Amino acid sequence: MTDSQVKNTNIITESYQDLSARDWRRYFSFSTDHKVIGIQYLVTAFIFFLVGGIFAMVIRGELITPEADLIDRTFYNGMFTMHGTIMLFLWTFPSLVGLSNYLVPIMIGAKDMAFPRLNAAAFWMVPVVGVLMIASFFVPSGSAQAGWWSYPPVSLQNPTGQLITGQFLWILAVAISGVSSIMGAVNFVTTIVKMRAPGMTFFRMPAFVWTVLSAQIIQLFGLPALTAGAVMLLFDLTVGTSFFDPSKGGNPILFQHLFWFYSHPAVYVIILPIFGIFSEIFPVYSRKPLFGYKVVAISSLIIAGVSGLVWVHHMYASGTPGWMRMIFMLSTMCVSVPTGIKVFAWVATIWGGKLRLNTPMLFALGALIMFIFAGVTGIMLSAVPVDIHVNNTYFVVGHFHYVLYGTVTMGMYAAIYHWFPKMTGRMYYESWGQVHFWLAFIGTNLNFLPMHPLGLQGMLRRVASYDPEYTFWNVVASLGAFLLGMSTLPFIVNMVSSWIQGPIAPSNPWRAIGLEWLVSSPPPIENFEDLPVVISEPYGYGKSDPLVSNLEGIIGHSE
Amino acid sequence: MDSSISSEQLQEGIGEHGHGHEHDAEGNSLFAFIVFLLSESIIFLSFFTGYIVYKTTTIDWLPAGVTGLEIKEPAINTVVLVSSSFVIYIAEQFLERRQLWGFRIFLLATIAMGSYFLVGQAIEWHGLEFGFTSGVFGGMFYLLTGFHGLHVFTGILLQTIMLGRSFYPGNYDNGHFGIMATSLFWHFVDVIWIILFVLLYLWQ
Repeated sequence: MTDSQVKNTNIITESYQDLSARDWRRYFSFSTDHKVIGIQYLVTAFIFFLVGGIFAMVIRGELITPEADLIDRTFYNGMFTMHGTIMLFLWTFPSLVGLSNYLVPIMIGAKDMAFPRLNAAAFWMVPVVGVLMIASFFVPSGSAQAGWWSYPPVSLQNPTGQLITGQFLWILAVAISGVSSIMGAVNFVTTIVKMRAPGMTFFRMPAFVWTVLSAQIIQLFGLPALTAGAVMLLFDLTVGTSFFDPSKGGNPILFQHLFWFYSHPAVYVIILPIFGIFSEIFPVYSRKPLFGYKVVAISSLIIAGVSGLVWVHHMYASGTPGWMRMIFMLSTMCVSVPTGIKVFAWVATIWGGKLRLNTPMLFALGALIMFIFAGVTGIMLSAVPVDIHVNNTYFVVGHFHYVLYGTVTMGMYAAIYHWFPKMTGRMYYESWGQVHFWLAFIGTNLNFLPMHPLGLQGMLRRVASYDPEYTFWNVVASLGAFLLGMSTLPFIVNMVSSWIQGPIAPSNPWRAIGLEWLVSSPPPIENFEDLPVVISEPYGYGKSDPLVSNLEGIIGHSE
Repeated sequence: MDSSISSEQLQEGIGEHGHGHEHDAEGNSLFAFIVFLLSESIIFLSFFTGYIVYKTTTIDWLPAGVTGLEIKEPAINTVVLVSSSFVIYIAEQFLERRQLWGFRIFLLATIAMGSYFLVGQAIEWHGLEFGFTSGVFGGMFYLLTGFHGLHVFTGILLQTIMLGRSFYPGNYDNGHFGIMATSLFWHFVDVIWIILFVLLYLWQ
């Protein structure tokens, strides 16, 4: 630690002597404390989630009638493009990075991330990305309109004579978000590999830490491919190279390869930590050890490995030769093996357990059910004949919304409720949480289930108007969407009012096992009075082994 | 302390991770830097893949009037750049033995060789009869050499900083993560260039 860092730490320790997470001002400062950064990520991401959600409401508002009568088609294109981009790059990624930021150092018994200032710098790039994205609505040509994947040549249709366009700002924002993610990934991998407390062997790490490690390895090896594609697209758009312009000898399919080589594994970057959340939550609320802990841990790495070999399944309909489709169909189906192992492990964990249906458990169970559904439609889509049939229809949209809302967002809610007492030192209101869950669960299924029959009947995605025969299911989906939109309100009310005046939370309200539950709520500045010495495996529910040998030193005076 | 914990358990706990990890900041930084370089190599790999795809599928590969790339000057450049990897290694050896003057001289030599390469590249760019926008070949050529050149430039910058730091006493007293990372980066840049040289100049 350098002198200036020591000095900074002293200043922080002095001014926040009683570790007040209730002092809201520190969340608006350039803090290097991983817990502050974690919450900064979470709150920022949630604000963008609301923006992306409003865009979704506009889209579903347009689609409640067959005609394109609410907004004009150009604006509609911008709406679905920015909805997708914001939800991925500004909600799912940053919110999970925020959660990981908060939890990983405490879970492995470290005082902070390996590089706290790098960590803060990576966070502060997120609002910049958001501002660039939103700013694209205010340039003369309007926001990007080529969908979140920005395939050329559509994304290269630059109005003549305009350098700064929505598409240009879009690429710039994605590139900055990539830099921020790489900085974060280097930091996470170093922290997990090098900063574990004494005794915290790899097979004593909580499953959540395993999933974060696996996810961040994907970031390291996948994201640069997207960056390469984005750089080439940027040159095509601005200085007139012809990498992806078929009329000048370029090859637009190459962009698809570079794009999906990252963007498919990116799905696992966001779903793996959700698997980790499941693995943390089910044992606590079932009062049982995680079934097959080592297999669950290792399967995360296997998923990360296989994820790099399946990207072409997004391109079955892009003129991909038959033999290549076969190979990628088989490799895609292989992903279901380690994933299935996890699902069985969770079911076995819950099986025969003494269940407590608190809000986190409800959300986790709901998310698991919807994930199983998404997994089934995912295997259907991996089969070439089915995929060719439903390619570019609402079936695909339904599938990935079950993944991204049903599983990822609901899983995030589970995590936020579960660790809320730890982060804020306050309990949330259970009844509001239950209302939130049921509105969200019913809303999600009403919204995204109808997309499957719509897709099977042939309704294309990314259209502002459709044939009247599709009206019924679209009306159902739109009503579901509005319900889902409304479900956010009890959540916001609950979080804000609980943080301000909720009942004071004890250090371990769920009687959970894990290093984070041994420290006070909220945890002190450097997490631990003395570094814990870990002496047993995680998830010892029903066993009498203590987790650490120096329990008194860790909790210090904070209890 | 809980009496149910045996001293054996405690030993196991400490023994497995007993290297004072919190104070191992240099080790962390070097590890992180290697992880970063692995990630960086994927960008180059993506560009290489692009180049190979275009080279094998494009019908009018070379722009009109261009017959190929001159190989002699780039070959000399390659020899200079690759040798500089050995020179910076010698510099590191001098630092290891705390012989600062030897370190400075060899680091300066590395900087000179890197600069020679960059100037050589600039001269080559100046003499070429095709540009960034001359089809996919022109685009790929300038993208690859330009992106690599940017890395060479970064490497020279890092070396200059390391050289400057050697004049402040105490900087290299305990460990020298900076120079280890700089040297690693330089070897990385060299390996990338060897692949580039094969792809661009030898495989025509």
